[in-house]
Amino acid sequence: MTYIVKPVNHHPNLEKNALGLTRRDYEGTISTLCAGCGHDSISAAVIEACYDLNLSSDKIAKLSGIGCSSKSPSYFLNQAHGFNSVHGRMPSVATGANLGNQDLLYLGVSGDGDTAGIGIGQFMHAARRQLNITYLVENNGTYGLTKGQFSATNDQGSKSKYGEENVLAPIDLASMAIQLGAGFVGRSFSGDKNQLVPLLKAAMKFKGFSLIDIISPCVTFNNHVGSTKSYDYIREHNESVSSLDFVPIGQEIKTKYAEGTKVDVQLHDGAILTLEKLSIKYNPMEKGQAIQSLNQAEKNGKVLTGLLYINPEVKDHAEILNIADTPLNQLSRKELCPGSSKLAKVNASLN
Amino acid sequence: MGYANIPIRGGKGLFVKKIASINEFVIKFANVNGSGSASANQMFAKGIFRSGIPVSPKNIFPSNIQGLPTWFEIRASEKGYLGRKAGIDFMVAMNPQSYAADVAEINPGGYLLYDSSWKREFHRDDINIIEIPLTTLCVDEFHNPKTRLLFKNLVYVGALSHLMSIDKDIFIELIQEQFKGKEKLIAPNVQALDIGFEYAKKHLDNICDIKVSQKNLNDGMILTNGNNAGGLGCVYGGATVCAWYPITPSTSLAESYKKYCDQFRVDETTGKNKFAFVQAEDELASIGMAIGANWNGARAFTATSGPGISLMTEFVGLAYFAEIPVVIFNIQRGGPSTGMPTRTQQSDILSCAYASHGDTKHVMLIPADPKECFEFAADSFDISDRLQTPVFVLSDLDIGMNDWTCPEFEWDDSREFDRGKVLSKNDLENMESWGRYLDVDGDGIPFRTLPGTHPEKGAYFTRGSSHDEYARYIEDGEVNARNVSRILKKFEGAYKFLPKPVFKQETNASSRGLIYFGSTEAAMQESLDQLSEFGYPIDAMRIRSFPFSPEVWDFIDQHESIFLVEQNRDAQMKTLIISEGNTNPEKFNSVLCFDGSPITADFISESIIEMLSEKNASKTAEEI
Repeated sequence: MTYIVKPVNHHPNLEKNALGLTRRDYEGTISTLCAGCGHDSISAAVIEACYDLNLSSDKIAKLSGIGCSSKSPSYFLNQAHGFNSVHGRMPSVATGANLGNQDLLYLGVSGDGDTAGIGIGQFMHAARRQLNITYLVENNGTYGLTKGQFSATNDQGSKSKYGEENVLAPIDLASMAIQLGAGFVGRSFSGDKNQLVPLLKAAMKFKGFSLIDIISPCVTFNNHVGSTKSYDYIREHNESVSSLDFVPIGQEIKTKYAEGTKVDVQLHDGAILTLEKLSIKYNPMEKGQAIQSLNQAEKNGKVLTGLLYINPEVKDHAEILNIADTPLNQLSRKELCPGSSKLAKVNASLN
Repeated sequence: MGYANIPIRGGKGLFVKKIASINEFVIKFANVNGSGSASANQMFAKGIFRSGIPVSPKNIFPSNIQGLPTWFEIRASEKGYLGRKAGIDFMVAMNPQSYAADVAEINPGGYLLYDSSWKREFHRDDINIIEIPLTTLCVDEFHNPKTRLLFKNLVYVGALSHLMSIDKDIFIELIQEQFKGKEKLIAPNVQALDIGFEYAKKHLDNICDIKVSQKNLNDGMILTNGNNAGGLGCVYGGATVCAWYPITPSTSLAESYKKYCDQFRVDETTGKNKFAFVQAEDELASIGMAIGANWNGARAFTATSGPGISLMTEFVGLAYFAEIPVVIFNIQRGGPSTGMPTRTQQSDILSCAYASHGDTKHVMLIPADPKECFEFAADSFDISDRLQTPVFVLSDLDIGMNDWTCPEFEWDDSREFDRGKVLSKNDLENMESWGRYLDVDGDGIPFRTLPGTHPEKGAYFTRGSSHDEYARYIEDGEVNARNVSRILKKFEGAYKFLPKPVFKQETNASSRGLIYFGSTEAAMQESLDQLSEFGYPIDAMRIRSFPFSPEVWDFIDQHESIFLVEQNRDAQMKTLIISEGNTNPEKFNSVLCFDGSPITADFISESIIEMLSEKNASKTAEEI
């Protein structure tokens, strides 16, 4: 059961971060997903990223929809509030939560059914609004909880566990998000922690809509020969556009990069995101090129990963709406209720 | 120009007996949608209001932007009878498309004013026909074609000002107020008003015996609509997030909230908003946002109508089961389906009371006029926070979009927001253990925490799946049954926080009782007076909330028979009463109006008198 809490006894010499917390402090309850599920690796990557960034769990809100992916927020950050909402509707709940308090870090966890199927409308509008959220799609191309139906991200021609061929073309959430104006779009693979953790850290530090579409194989229903979302297939067809180094404010950039491959992106809070491009031609700040590269990769049967697009100039939803700096949920009656003298003026305007 | 001929005539050129009335009449304007008539008609209504006479204007409009017929009915009544009344005393017929029906509606002895630039025969010899060549007058005076069209409306307002003896200065003042900041427009508007006034003075003197005589019956009263009041109430109630999707007839409530926030909620130094106003992509998203904000402790609401309610029900179930406050305004319109978007009904009682799948029941507040829309809007946030559950405010198109003469809004400055059982950082610090859904106080209402309150304590997982007292996912049927029973207990005690019913009498005086709610209030006093005159005095109670309080059940118990007046086909309130209480269905007699027009006193009285005389007749037959 999901409420089984892991033992609290820690090894006394566990490594601690700047807040004095160990990685164990960022864990959740024991996962009830299938052994080997890609989603559990993503949970581990989230724990790693939060530990590295010295985040305090109480300043994080985890939100999800319905499905295997949407269960996973239980399995990390026990001290963070979580909200398992209704199927496909997490983006609207997260939008409202963000309007209520823009000071928290919002971590949206969804799946391909939850986002590309039932929830595609809300996903698109959240991206369009530039909701300040780190939106993870744990993408396995299948409806796991209902035993293996194709989802909308499943590739045309890919085969189900039962040998059935998918006849419809897939929805590419990454290129769709770029088109809709999302400020940060990446794609990764649950099996590539070295790529995923820095990408997660950068996304969490990004102010605006950041999507990471994470291919996360379903070991039970979509990990067979003939599937384009299996561990083996992704390992073989994964093509990274860049490697990423996230450097928080005040830290020195130590890594050395080959000439012409390094791009520094300064984020809102001053942190630096350093990209080492694997192809000199690829410019992640060029919207059209990003979409084109994704299309080309799809044609070539490749899965393009890494930071695909970033626009550090975007304004997030709260900023667009010109919302006060003090979170709305912290305003007092005095600040909110105009009182009887103003009401007398309203009355006077109506007689 | 040939317009100075016989200005008034009955059939066959004879004068007919004219309706003579002071401060009691119904005037109706038949216009073409999109011709700019609405603001002139509203101005006319306000002119009567400023003359100190209670007035109830009703806009009867099509679901259309331009071209279809639209009507504006104004009832003036110094007795304060402000329900809609069938039969028109004075018709201003500006739409040849609807002439036939409009003329047929005029009471014998009533008046018809039409644009006689094109002369017409109306084939009624029992009404008084007043001819004013409105188009010709405007063409002569104004040059811009659009202006000519718009000013026709003001010309008839000017003429009516003379015909009905309404002080012209009142209208001049209203024009000045309307065009404050656009002073250039004042003079031509006043000119148009004058053209009509002078024409009537010259050609139509002593023609009309329906008059307005100034009184001061509107001291302490305002003229406003329920949506304006509801939006204002949300500002006063501390709502900071409005997430909505456009739908008639609720849109103007969201817009009113924005209007008053722009006035009262913009920080003077930073220019930043102490509110968020989001037009969502659909109703699912709008309620999702409102729930998300409330989950975080920011008071949030959405405003919608029937079709939106249908879309929102999944989320309503989540908020009910996860116990998240949220306020939903349902400005009811004619259903089912798309139905009659611009007509009124009270037909979402059941779809709100039991919205969503599984066992669910919801709190409903049912305002009867704009003042209650303001009050219930402000109260709804306290109630929703206190009970940690969705609250529906069930208004309707008649209250929401029509202006009502109602008492001024009031506010007690010592009033604090009731945020309910929310734990502070300090509370959490001093607690040994805490369970989100533990019934500590025995009232079924648990304690909640907000994200970001405490670094180590109070975090939990909000979910719509079955959970135990500590918010942990469970599939143990007994635990789930215990939880849903607690939620029911909370609901059953909810009436303590809700507006109680109101009674028309201090003590019961009849064996017959009448129950009504919402916008039916406008017609009720008149109907009760009519029934008394007919020898049928009846006690009346207005329901203002659900779940019902003991007073509601007492009233039902204290009367042998109950007339239940509703503006829907299926007697939904009766169904709700019967399903929620231990009462005999046989004692209820339904009076049901569901044609989309606001219910009239005549309809209520006639229905009840008919039922009573049928009963008497059958009794006599048996006795014989």
